[in-house]
Amino acid sequence: MPKDSGIGASSKRREDVRFLTGTGNYTDDINLNGQAYVHFLRSDVAHGRLTSVDTSAAEAMPGVLRVFTGADFAQVGGLPCGWQVTDRHGQPMQEPAHPVLAQDKVRHVGDPIAAVVAETREQARDAAEAIVPEIEDLPAVVDMKAALEEGAPKVHDDLDSNLCYDWGFVEENRDAVAEAIETAAHVTRLELVNNRLVANAMEPRVAVGDYSRATGESTLYTTSQNPHVIRLLMGAFVLGIPEHKLRVVSPDVGGGFGSKIFHYAEEAFCTFAAKALNRPVKWTATRAEAFLSDAQGRDHVTTIELALDADNNFTAIRTETHANMGAYLSTFAPSVPTWLHGTLMAGNYRTPLIYVNVKAVFTNTVPVDAYRGAGRPEATYQLERVIDKAARELGVDPIALRRQNFVTEFPYETPVAVAYDTGDYNATMDKLEEIADFDGFAARRAESEAKGLLRGRGVNCYIEACGIAPSNLVGQLGARAGLYESATVRVNATGGITVMTGSHSHGQGHETSFAQVVADMIGIDADMVEIEHGDTANTPMGMGTYGSRSIAVGGSAMVRAAEKVIAKAKKIAAHLMEASEDDIELKDGQFSVAGTDKSVAWGDVTLAAYVPHNYPLDEIEPGLEETAFYDPANFTYPAGAYACEVEVDPETGKVTIDRFAATDDFGNVINPMIVSGQVHGGLAQGIGQALLENTVYDESGQLLSASYMDYAMPRADDMPFFAVDHSCQTPCTHNPLGVKGCGEAGAIGSPPTVVNAVVDALQRGGHDVTHIDMPLTPARVWQAMQG
Amino acid sequence: MPQVSMTVNGKPASGEVEGRTLLVEFLRENLGLTGTHVGCDTSQCGACVVHVDGQDVKACTMFAAEAEGAEVTTIEGLAEADGTLHPLQQAFQDHHGLQCGFCTPGMVMTGVALLDRNPTPSEAEIRDYLEGNICRCTGYHNIVKAIMAASGQDVSKIAAE
Repeated sequence: MPKDSGIGASSKRREDVRFLTGTGNYTDDINLNGQAYVHFLRSDVAHGRLTSVDTSAAEAMPGVLRVFTGADFAQVGGLPCGWQVTDRHGQPMQEPAHPVLAQDKVRHVGDPIAAVVAETREQARDAAEAIVPEIEDLPAVVDMKAALEEGAPKVHDDLDSNLCYDWGFVEENRDAVAEAIETAAHVTRLELVNNRLVANAMEPRVAVGDYSRATGESTLYTTSQNPHVIRLLMGAFVLGIPEHKLRVVSPDVGGGFGSKIFHYAEEAFCTFAAKALNRPVKWTATRAEAFLSDAQGRDHVTTIELALDADNNFTAIRTETHANMGAYLSTFAPSVPTWLHGTLMAGNYRTPLIYVNVKAVFTNTVPVDAYRGAGRPEATYQLERVIDKAARELGVDPIALRRQNFVTEFPYETPVAVAYDTGDYNATMDKLEEIADFDGFAARRAESEAKGLLRGRGVNCYIEACGIAPSNLVGQLGARAGLYESATVRVNATGGITVMTGSHSHGQGHETSFAQVVADMIGIDADMVEIEHGDTANTPMGMGTYGSRSIAVGGSAMVRAAEKVIAKAKKIAAHLMEASEDDIELKDGQFSVAGTDKSVAWGDVTLAAYVPHNYPLDEIEPGLEETAFYDPANFTYPAGAYACEVEVDPETGKVTIDRFAATDDFGNVINPMIVSGQVHGGLAQGIGQALLENTVYDESGQLLSASYMDYAMPRADDMPFFAVDHSCQTPCTHNPLGVKGCGEAGAIGSPPTVVNAVVDALQRGGHDVTHIDMPLTPARVWQAMQG
Repeated sequence: MPQVSMTVNGKPASGEVEGRTLLVEFLRENLGLTGTHVGCDTSQCGACVVHVDGQDVKACTMFAAEAEGAEVTTIEGLAEADGTLHPLQQAFQDHHGLQCGFCTPGMVMTGVALLDRNPTPSEAEIRDYLEGNICRCTGYHNIVKAIMAASGQDVSKIAAE
C-alpha cells in the first residue's frame, strides 16, 4: 500500500484545489435559467398577534411576481420535529405547530411573515419594505424561569404552558440520589449558565427551488448537512411530495456545525414557490438573517451537585437544568438537553448514582437546536467545573481527584444507560502532562508574575457519545428516524471506483479520507477512488453528517459495501485462475492463489465483471457494484484530556490563552492531518464560547448580538498555536474500522478547560473566585476580582 | 443604469450596474466569478477580499462603480495559467489551511497582500493582519502556519500535523 494514500496517511486533501482557486460550487454559486429571487419580511417584534398583512402596495412594485403570506400556507404542513421526548410522568412533550410563514402570531424577532418573489434580489427587497403587517404587540417571554411562572404570557396559546417537558433521568434513581447527597461526606454545588451561541458557519444558508412541469419533479438546492433528511421531512411532512419526485442537492457547503442539519422554512418556501410560479426561486440569507433564523445552540441554566465520600470517591450526581427551546421546536431540539446530555453525565468517572432533571422551555427567541457537541458540551461543562470546584474545596489536586475516580475497566455500564466499550483515561492524562509541559508551569508562572500578570492552568476530561446512532435504541428514546448510514461502491470496468455515500462533507474532507479507506482495503492508489455525496439523485438514502458520525457510521457502511465488492471480485478471480475461491488472496491490488505464483490484477477482474466473456455466469451476475446500509450496535466513545494556560491582566480582566494542549483518544485514525484540523477548529469554537461569544436578547426579545459587530467571533489573534495529540488509541470494538469520530471533541472539552484555568489564575493571585459564567469577558473577570 | 469597465484578472470586464451594486455583486453576478464569497453584511468577515490596484480590499465595502478603470485580481486570477498554484495557495493545501473552503479565497488574498508587504511576517504579525478575516473551521492554526511556510520560515516545530 502506498504510504501516502492509505489508512493512517496524512494525505493532502483533494478538495482543496477547487476551494483554493475559487472553483468550488456552493449553493449561492448556482443560478438557474429564469431564476427569481425571494426576500422574506421578518417580524421585528418578539411576540405579537398578526391581525392582517397588507401586500397590495408591494404587489404593484416593479418586478414583483407574487407576494406570499401565511394564508398561502394554511393548507400546507408545518415544519416537523424529529424527536419526541416523554416526560418524567410518562406524558409526551408539548409540541406546537411551526408554520412555514406566520399564521396568526409572530413568536420571535425574525419569524417570517411574508415573502416577496421578484425578478431581481433588489426588487424583492425593495417590495418587502412596502408590505404592511398589522401586529398587536404582546408581552414577550425571554427568561426561562420567568416563562414558567404562573400567568406568564404563553408563546403558544394552544399549549398548557411554556413548559415543553419536565424530563427525569434515571427517574427511578431520583430518591436514591437525593438520599446519597443528603448523607454524603462532602457535597459540592455549582450554579452555572451555558451561554447561548450561534453556529455561524461562514457560508450563510441558501436555498434554490426548481420545478419541472414536464416531469412533475421538484429540485431543491440547499446548504444542508443531510440532504436525504431534508427530502424526507419536507416531502413527507410539509409539502406532500413523494421522494421519487423530489431531489435535494447539497453541493459544496461552507461549514455547518449542526446549524445546517435542520429543515428550515426557507427550504420549503423555495420548493413550494418554484412550483407555484413555475420559475426557479432563490434565497440567500444575509448574515443578519442568519442570526435571526439559524437554529442557535446551548442556552442551559444548571445547578449541579456532586457528592463524595470521606475518601473523595464520587458517590452521586444530581443536576437540574432549564433548557431553552426558543419559540418553536427545531428538528432535533428536544433530544439535545435530554438524550445527548443526560446520558453523558457520568463523564469519565465511576459514579454509581446519577439523576438528571431537565425542564425545556418555550420563549420568544430564535429556536435552539444542536450545535457542535450538542448536549455533550453542556454535560461536560457542568461536570468538569463541579469536579474542579470540589478539588479546591477539599484541598486536593484536581488531576489526582479525577484519576482517582476514572473508569478503568471496560466495557463499563454507566448508571445513565450507556456502555463505554473502550478507553484509557489515564493514558490520555499521562500524555497530556507530557505535551502540555506541566513541568515548565512554575517557571512560566514566574515569568507572568514578573510582567504583572496572573497565570493559571486548567485541566479537563471529556467523553462523548458519537457514531450516532443505533436505530433501535434511539427509536425507543423518541427518535422519529433511523440513524444508519449507507454507501454504494461502484467499480468501473477499468478498475476505478466511485463511492456514493450518504454522509455529507462540509469541510471534513471525506472526499480524501473516505477514498483512503477503500483504496487501503483493495491495495490500490487512492487516486483510483472518487467519493460522491450530497445529491439524493445519485446517492443511497443516507442520514447525513452530524454527531461525529461520518467515519464511524458512514465509513462503516462503505467498508461493508467494499467487503461485498471484494467477495464478489474474489469469485471472479477464482474463476479466471481456475482456483478455489477460498484460496484467493487480495494484496496490493493483486489477486493471487495461496501457495502458488498465480495472480491476476485488480483491473483484470473488474474488466471481466463488465466484459464477461470468460465468467461464471451461472454463479454470479456480471457487474461489480454493491450497496450496504450500516446500523451501529452502540455509540462510540471518544475521550480525552485537555490543558490550558491563561494569563489574566489584573488591571483589565483580559484573559489571554497562552498555551492549549489536547490529547484525544479517537480510536483508529484514518488521516491524522484532517483529524488534527478538526480538533483545532473545535478548540477555537470552545475557546470562543468560553471567552468571547454570547447571544444576547433584551427583555423585549430583541436580539442585541445580531451581527459580527456585536457577536464576538474568535479571530486569529485570539488563538494560540495548539498542541494536539491523538496517539492514545483504544479502537472502537464494534465498528469495522475501530474508529470513534473526532468532529466535536474540541468544542466539548475546551470551555471548562478555559474556565478552570481562569479560576486557577485568580485563586493563585489571591482572589476568592470560584466561578464566572461564560463568556469570560474582561468586564466579567474584572468584576469577579473586585468581589 | 451606469456602465462600468475595469480589468479583472488581466482581462477587460464591463457591465451595467445600479449605483448601489457592490463590487462583490458585480464580480459574482455579472462576471460569474463566484470564487469571491459573501459571509456577512457588515464588512467583518473578509470572505470577499480581492485586490484592487494591488491593495487588498473587501469587495463588499466598495461599489462596483468605484472600481471604474481599476485592475482587480480575484482568487480565480491567482494561479498560473497552466494551473500551477500560487505559492500561498500551495502552502494552504500542504498545511491543511482550509476545511469548508468558504473563507479561503479571502484568507488567501489577504495573506498574499501581507506577504507582498512583509515577506517574512512573525506569527503575531500574521495573526494581527488576519484581524479582518474570520474562519470558523480551522481555529487559524494551519492558516497561520501556511502563511509562515509560504514565506520560507521553518514551521516544523509548530505542534501537530
